[in-house]
Amino acid sequence: MTTRRRNARVLPGFGLSLGFTLTYLGLIVLFPLSLLFWKSATLGWGEFWAVATTPRALAAYRITLGASFIAASINMGFGLLLAWVLTRYRWKGRQFVDALVDLPFALPTAVSGIALTAVYSKHGVIGSKLEALGIQAAFSPIGIVLALTFIGLPFVVRTVQPVLEDLEPEVEEAAASLGASRWQVFHRVLLPMILPATLTGFALAFARALGEYGSVVFISGNMPMKTEIASLLIMTKLEQYDYPGATAIAVMMLGASFVLLLIINLLQWHAQRHRVSR
Amino acid sequence: MKRRILLALVLGALASALTLIADRAIPNGTAHAAVKTVLLNASYDPTRELYQDVNAAFAAQWKAKTGQNLEIQQSHGGSGKQARAVIDGLEADVVTLALAYDIDAIAKNSGLIAADWQSRLPNASAPYTSTIVFLVRKGNPKGIKDWGDLVKPGVEVITPNPKTSGGARWNYLAAWAWALRQPGGNDQTAQAFVTELFKHVPVLDSGARGSTTTFTERGIGDVLLAWENEAVLAIRVLGPEKFEIVAPSVSILAEPSVTWVDRVTKRRGTEAVAKAYLEFLYTDAGQELAAKHYYRPRNQAIAAKYAAQFPTVELVTIDGVFEGWPKAQKRHFDDGGLFDRIYQPGR
Amino acid sequence: MSGARSRETTEPAWVRRLLIGGALAYLALFLFVPIGAVFAEALKKGIPAYLAAFRDPYTLKAFLLTILVTVLAVPLNVLFGIAAAWAITKFRFRGKNLLITLIDLPFSVSPVISGLIFVLLFGNQGLLGPWLQEREIRIIFALPGIVLATIFVTFPFVARELIALMQTQGSEEEEAALSLGANGWQTFWRVTLPNIRWGLLYGAILATSRAIGEFGAVSVVSGHIRGKTNTVPLHIEILYNEYNFVGAFAIASLLVLTALLTLGVKTVVQRRARAEQDRLGSAAPEQTP
Repeated sequence: MTTRRRNARVLPGFGLSLGFTLTYLGLIVLFPLSLLFWKSATLGWGEFWAVATTPRALAAYRITLGASFIAASINMGFGLLLAWVLTRYRWKGRQFVDALVDLPFALPTAVSGIALTAVYSKHGVIGSKLEALGIQAAFSPIGIVLALTFIGLPFVVRTVQPVLEDLEPEVEEAAASLGASRWQVFHRVLLPMILPATLTGFALAFARALGEYGSVVFISGNMPMKTEIASLLIMTKLEQYDYPGATAIAVMMLGASFVLLLIINLLQWHAQRHRVSR
Repeated sequence: MKRRILLALVLGALASALTLIADRAIPNGTAHAAVKTVLLNASYDPTRELYQDVNAAFAAQWKAKTGQNLEIQQSHGGSGKQARAVIDGLEADVVTLALAYDIDAIAKNSGLIAADWQSRLPNASAPYTSTIVFLVRKGNPKGIKDWGDLVKPGVEVITPNPKTSGGARWNYLAAWAWALRQPGGNDQTAQAFVTELFKHVPVLDSGARGSTTTFTERGIGDVLLAWENEAVLAIRVLGPEKFEIVAPSVSILAEPSVTWVDRVTKRRGTEAVAKAYLEFLYTDAGQELAAKHYYRPRNQAIAAKYAAQFPTVELVTIDGVFEGWPKAQKRHFDDGGLFDRIYQPGR
Repeated sequence: MSGARSRETTEPAWVRRLLIGGALAYLALFLFVPIGAVFAEALKKGIPAYLAAFRDPYTLKAFLLTILVTVLAVPLNVLFGIAAAWAITKFRFRGKNLLITLIDLPFSVSPVISGLIFVLLFGNQGLLGPWLQEREIRIIFALPGIVLATIFVTFPFVARELIALMQTQGSEEEEAALSLGANGWQTFWRVTLPNIRWGLLYGAILATSRAIGEFGAVSVVSGHIRGKTNTVPLHIEILYNEYNFVGAFAIASLLVLTALLTLGVKTVVQRRARAEQDRLGSAAPEQTP
């Protein structure tokens, strides 16, 4: 936003670039997505609402949102930790770990799902240990959280890492020289600076988790009302050739994603402005 | 400025056109497609191995008879998903699906297939049949012999989700049919039994193969409800020393249906070969192949030859007990149907 | 960025070890063990069985298709990313936040929906279906559909990367070039592009790795025709469904290795980008807040 106060039209190419952007966005994203509304509109308002808010659909939203939230929270805490140890400390294998972090992003979701199920089901490497503790990991809501944590793992790390790297050591030194303890420095000085990035990462992981399908269906057990996610409910409707019903639920999920992403972007915009004005 | 926007629009259109052109430019992996007839068979999951053999045998026969090179492509997936793909434009010449209902759905929703398709081939267009049996762990530790044993305390049952899997619908209906046959059995007791049965199901995979893997590889559950041919295949591939089959007293006659897709074959000029392909399934050679893959052949002589591998089970039909697929689907599996009620809260 | 920090700005050794340990434990549970499982399953029956998985002609075809799809989809998104970032960062206009949000949208849309919308558009029952059918143009259950779905799911990555980068870079250099008499295209090619090339590459790598791995959306529009419309992730699913677990995991492990390779390249790219940014930063000190 450094261009904010300058004459905005000095540079050429506004029409070309914005025109191309809008055309491409319209053709590939907006127009196809608008068909969801078109199709679900065939239901009419009353029925749309009835279909989108059946107890089973509500349960699916609850599970999807709840599991996504928990998974994103886990990723927020540990992602922050991981970003910290990756930027602040030098240790063996650091670079290798750094490269591994993005893997969940690149791996086909079905492979992730199968691998996680193999590990966390009751005869798996970790699952058997949990079973001994009386915890059923796979085929329960925990399984959904596991899958969503896996696929959301890179986001907090990758948003916080660059911010941590750019922090000026002088600030910390100044605080320390004024007698602040290490924890106080982190808590009072560092945390406020990395908080926007952390929240962005959290929201990204959350948004990604909302839509996830491939990895979850393998590990969740797919029990209606208990471990059935919204994407699966859409699939179920499609199997009955109920396109309007499927799109009704899709519209609800789309709305949730949109609101969430809008919040992220406003948050980022706000943080940026805050930084510039400071 | 206007010209620029126009230019941008053209650029955008070009970009999207590029993806279209690509389809024409890229050959389908067969460089000599001109001299080759290509047939696409859209089928459901458990028939992979069967159609691998059928395709090879039929292509050889067709070549001998007509001199034409024939390439048969396969597409597999859940039965309902495949039906939907055909409705939405998957150019399948023939469909070989898990249940007549899915082919009916194609006929009804798209008109690609004539409404009277079921009467076009013998045996209501089901060249081979199967049934639902139990796959249990070796030695049958839970002592499961019949449907009634599935709801004993501590027994875990694995079946796919009837909402998303054709095979699972047969499972459900077979259980229902058994309960009806019990002394004093009626719709209420049947519903109570099926409800109880699904309370013993810890995992509802979306497809038959998913359930088999859950049972065999993940070690979940005590009994897997499966197509007979799937159960046999699972034993052969995944370990004869680990599993065994239990045949219940009553089960359902599962009739996987086949037909050609009229509009597609007409347009592609594959009517004759598509028809011949499906008729091949009824020939002795086709029936032998079906039996080899543990589908029950229709041909009596061949059925007798392979009788040893098929346990005797009393088989009821969907028409006899459930008045046909459309009614069964509507009553049991559609949204708000009896199956959904099992999972409704407060029960 | 030097490893040597003064005592006041780092933690005692035991805290460091504890934190590293905690981070590694988290990674072990959610990343190392599942990835390890892929390799363990792939090598279960020994190296020969592992290698045999790659001799299947269908596997080769799946790889070729995936490469083709990626090669078609990623450049289009790169082009879009540049245009979008230029418009968004160099100019002021209303609804910018809305536009950015819409660009991000495909990122959180369920793959089931991403596939479904193209079925609703191009399917026989869809909006354009009858028109396309008459002209015998096949979009879904053929290459264009797979490419479109892939473009959709990898839509935001390049744009997102570039928007962030170009925002911090500002437009002073472009304005200087223009005032020295360069025209728009020259400015773009000579000034902007060199400045953003690493960010561009990074975005493209992200988009590529996602394009190779996309499963859900492609599954809906592919039609699963063996040897024809099966991409690598779909082929893995098929092998898995055929109880060919070794084959499925062998190919999956190859994808893991490819991903590691691309991500390795990415790390190098990132390092260069950062070095470059530092150089730029010191050349234009007024940018540091």
